[in-house]
Amino acid sequence: MAMARRLASSLLSHSFYAARCSSSLFRGARTHDRALGVLRMFSIAAEPITPPVEVHHTQLLIDGKFVDSASGRTFPTLDPRTGEVIAHVAEGDLEDINRAVSAARKAFDEGPWPKMSGYERSHILYRFADLIEKHNDEIAALETWDGGKPYEHTAQKEIPMVTRLMRYYAGWADKIHGLVVPADGPHHVQVLHEPIGVAGQIIPWNFPLLMFGWKIGPALACGNTVVLKTAEQTPLSALYVSKLLHEAGLPAGVLNVVSGFGPTAGAAIASHMDVDKLVFTGSTDTGKIVLELAARSNLKRVTLELGGKSPMIIMDDADVDQAVELAHSALFFNQGQCCCAGSRTFVHERVYDEFVEKSKARALKRVVGDPFKNGVEQGPQVDEKQFKKIMHYIKSGIDSGATLVAGGDRIGDKGFYVQPTVFSDVKDEMAIAREDIFGPVQSILKFKDLHEVIQRANATEYGLAAGVFTNDMNTANTLMRALRVGTVWFNCFHVFDATIPFGGYKMSGQGREKGIDSLKNYLQVKAVVTSLKNPAWL
Amino acid sequence: MGSQCNGDEFEMPEIKIKFTKLFINGQFVDAISGKTFETRDPRTGEVIAYVAEGDKADVDVAVKAAREAFDHGKWPRMSGYERGRIMMKLADLIEQNIEELAILDSVDVGKLFSLNKIVDIPGTIHLLQYYAGAADKIHGETLKMSREFQGYTLKEPIGVVGHIIPWNFPSTMFFFKVSPALAAGCTMVVKPAEQSPLSALYYAHLAKQAGIPDGVLNVVTGFGPTAGAAICSHMDVDKVSFTGSAEVGRLVMEAAARSNLKSVSLELGGKSPIIIFDDADVDMAVDLANKAIFYNKGEICVAGSRIYVQEGIYDEFMKKAAEKAKKWVVGDPFNPQVHQGPQVDKKQFEKVLEYIEHGKKEGATILTGGRPCGDKGYYIEPTIFTDVKEDMSIAQDEIFGPVMSLMKFKTVEEAIEKANNTRYGLAAGIVTKDLNIANRVSRSIRAGIIWINCYFAFDVDCPFGGYKMSGFGRDMGMHAMDKYLQVKSVVTPIYGSPWL
Repeated sequence: MAMARRLASSLLSHSFYAARCSSSLFRGARTHDRALGVLRMFSIAAEPITPPVEVHHTQLLIDGKFVDSASGRTFPTLDPRTGEVIAHVAEGDLEDINRAVSAARKAFDEGPWPKMSGYERSHILYRFADLIEKHNDEIAALETWDGGKPYEHTAQKEIPMVTRLMRYYAGWADKIHGLVVPADGPHHVQVLHEPIGVAGQIIPWNFPLLMFGWKIGPALACGNTVVLKTAEQTPLSALYVSKLLHEAGLPAGVLNVVSGFGPTAGAAIASHMDVDKLVFTGSTDTGKIVLELAARSNLKRVTLELGGKSPMIIMDDADVDQAVELAHSALFFNQGQCCCAGSRTFVHERVYDEFVEKSKARALKRVVGDPFKNGVEQGPQVDEKQFKKIMHYIKSGIDSGATLVAGGDRIGDKGFYVQPTVFSDVKDEMAIAREDIFGPVQSILKFKDLHEVIQRANATEYGLAAGVFTNDMNTANTLMRALRVGTVWFNCFHVFDATIPFGGYKMSGQGREKGIDSLKNYLQVKAVVTSLKNPAWL
Repeated sequence: MGSQCNGDEFEMPEIKIKFTKLFINGQFVDAISGKTFETRDPRTGEVIAYVAEGDKADVDVAVKAAREAFDHGKWPRMSGYERGRIMMKLADLIEQNIEELAILDSVDVGKLFSLNKIVDIPGTIHLLQYYAGAADKIHGETLKMSREFQGYTLKEPIGVVGHIIPWNFPSTMFFFKVSPALAAGCTMVVKPAEQSPLSALYYAHLAKQAGIPDGVLNVVTGFGPTAGAAICSHMDVDKVSFTGSAEVGRLVMEAAARSNLKSVSLELGGKSPIIIFDDADVDMAVDLANKAIFYNKGEICVAGSRIYVQEGIYDEFMKKAAEKAKKWVVGDPFNPQVHQGPQVDKKQFEKVLEYIEHGKKEGATILTGGRPCGDKGYYIEPTIFTDVKEDMSIAQDEIFGPVMSLMKFKTVEEAIEKANNTRYGLAAGIVTKDLNIANRVSRSIRAGIIWINCYFAFDVDCPFGGYKMSGFGRDMGMHAMDKYLQVKSVVTPIYGSPWL
């Protein structure tokens, strides 16, 4: 166990991108910038807009109470617009996780949460949804401040999606059905779907509150208790809404939120002998560690949502303007920080040149700036580490011979803004076509026929999602089955309804979140077999 | 007189009748004929209100509105989530008006005011919330085709639904039918029973406030042979869902067959057995059996009206059941001390008394009760017959009143045979501590719901409906959604699939 934790520690904290990124990279990129001519003036305000919200909750939430960390330590959470400190947040580690798990264990073993009716649990979740709705704009402001996500989108789409998710899962709480199955002999067989127990959940920073909702919604609806670790980049919104959830009537100990770092708090959850279930969303590298820690401790079952390198396939029957717009948003949405970002844009050769030209124009038009400003499409990357990683990949793209058609540099000299960047003439073997960049860098690849694009789209260790732009039914039907990915979007992308299961093939993960499938992550299946005497039928 | 009638003094809430017209296409309107009918207070037989009497002409207008709302309106085109939100709003509005709705059902049909407030009306809220949560959980399936085809099923709303509901649980029955149909995206015409039109019209008013679009939920008050028959025969109604007697159920189905072969579901009568084995706790069994027949004045389709007691405890059971029945307080349903109000109307009152007379003539013995209570209204004493034979009418017919037929049995086999010796199959009760007996009897009894060591254990997630002449189709649970959904299979060839 100790060894596993050391392993986690070394991997999770290893910021090798920072080490590799030299200052010359940025100078080099600027040269390209000039060579490409005038980029659209990105609207970075001189002074960042003051967020319309105050930070009230920075402590850990354990057993229904906000508390300092056992060590008394805190860490700063930074504003990605400036790199300046927003607040100092309690830093949970092993001891805090132990306390949180112990509270969750007690809340599960002694109740009342799993002993309540599903109807009562649904009421609390419905009330929670109403409270999120009521505080929507404050929550959205926290989310934008902490993570740099454009406020308009956060307030109008993302936080309402969390509300909607809670209502979806509230509706499941009283409809969790096992089967009664037939037996070969005189036996009566019922299958009970029981809550698993204490769920450990580790969530990422790219959609902090949406990921929070994906995790706690099904866990709580099914009657589990939870210890959740937020990403160290974005601890604020989860603490805020967790308070609302307690106002809605959640008993103490059912949801514990520990802010902190992966190698300490995260590893402690993954290794804990009293955590029955682990759910992680994040990078594939960390997912491997998490799975290993689960294996080395109590064989807790694990659900993983990991990285991706999702293909976006543009067929030759596409309306190029629409396809450009779709492929653009598939990649650039959320600063490119989406696990399912359409980061390999495969374009049929017949429309390729026009597509590249128009994609360039679209990228140059993209409005980057202070995410609190109306009309801004793209804010800063979440932190310096991500920023440097992206700049490294841009350099790698240039060095490997891809054509930089737009962007390629940072914007301004403060904060973590990156120009919307487009590469054409990208080859399958280049790093920018293989690795999860997690930034606003579009790679456009050319293909000739359907068979070829299927082969190339599947030639990746990932399998999270794919987008296809075509109106040809046979093409659509063929691709639907041939693509080895967890989600295929036809003529759309990033459709994340509460009902639609989401998850990965291959190294993009295990298990599915959202939809009825997500309930399985949080339920044990118990077969109850009773012998029958003289049954009327079998 | 064994039972206490017309108990002590109590405070009477004020009765306000706000809605007496038909509710069609979002408006309260008079009947086209201009006719009205009386709805009476069963405590006194006096008229409470005159209610618009809808007939075929009004049903035609209501169906037209529902058709328009289905074919061109928002309701089936909204997401299930949006429909669910509106249903949640309706549930909230009912919650704000519990007292007033509880009064309406008490004054209209003599149901206990106290229970309406804590059971019936909150139950409608629960039903709405449950199906609000079901509205975004209607799943088709993708199929395992045996050749290179992509196949899937769509579950589509069935269209315009006619709901014909009874008077014994006006609010509960209204939402048994309306909630899943709304969740599915159907539009509907509801005909409440002529004995109990008031709460249904109130619900229509709240539905409009909640944001249910005009034409989606129409309520036509009136009589079975006119308004009810018009719904069943209508060529533009896609489905009729009926709860009531087996006799009328037959007419409903026949009318459907003769018109457009609309899909039918029926929740009909029952003559439900409760089987009490020697190992039972007798006091518990007596309590369970008495409530199973006397609750809601015996006006409940699942009433435990045939009580089979194993011979080892029969005498003790009989004695205690009679004692308990004598303590069952009959009186004004607004009095919180009262257990049993009046039968719904004169017709039911007389029918129950006729059955009691008939039972006596057939040779059964009255153990307790058997007479009307008081000299005003439709009150009847809780009644227990012993020496009942299987072929007597009181053991075969649905009396729909507070009349228990108590019978003795020796073996498990005999109990199963006797319990199944009925044309009905709605519910059954078993009282035993023996796991083998419980499991065996549960599978052997041909009824839609089996309650073991409990009775009336209704739950919104638990499907309910009949075997045999108790009907077909299920209300409640996710099964109820199926009544209001069509299944459409969609198949298209695929080429070069990597798997089949």
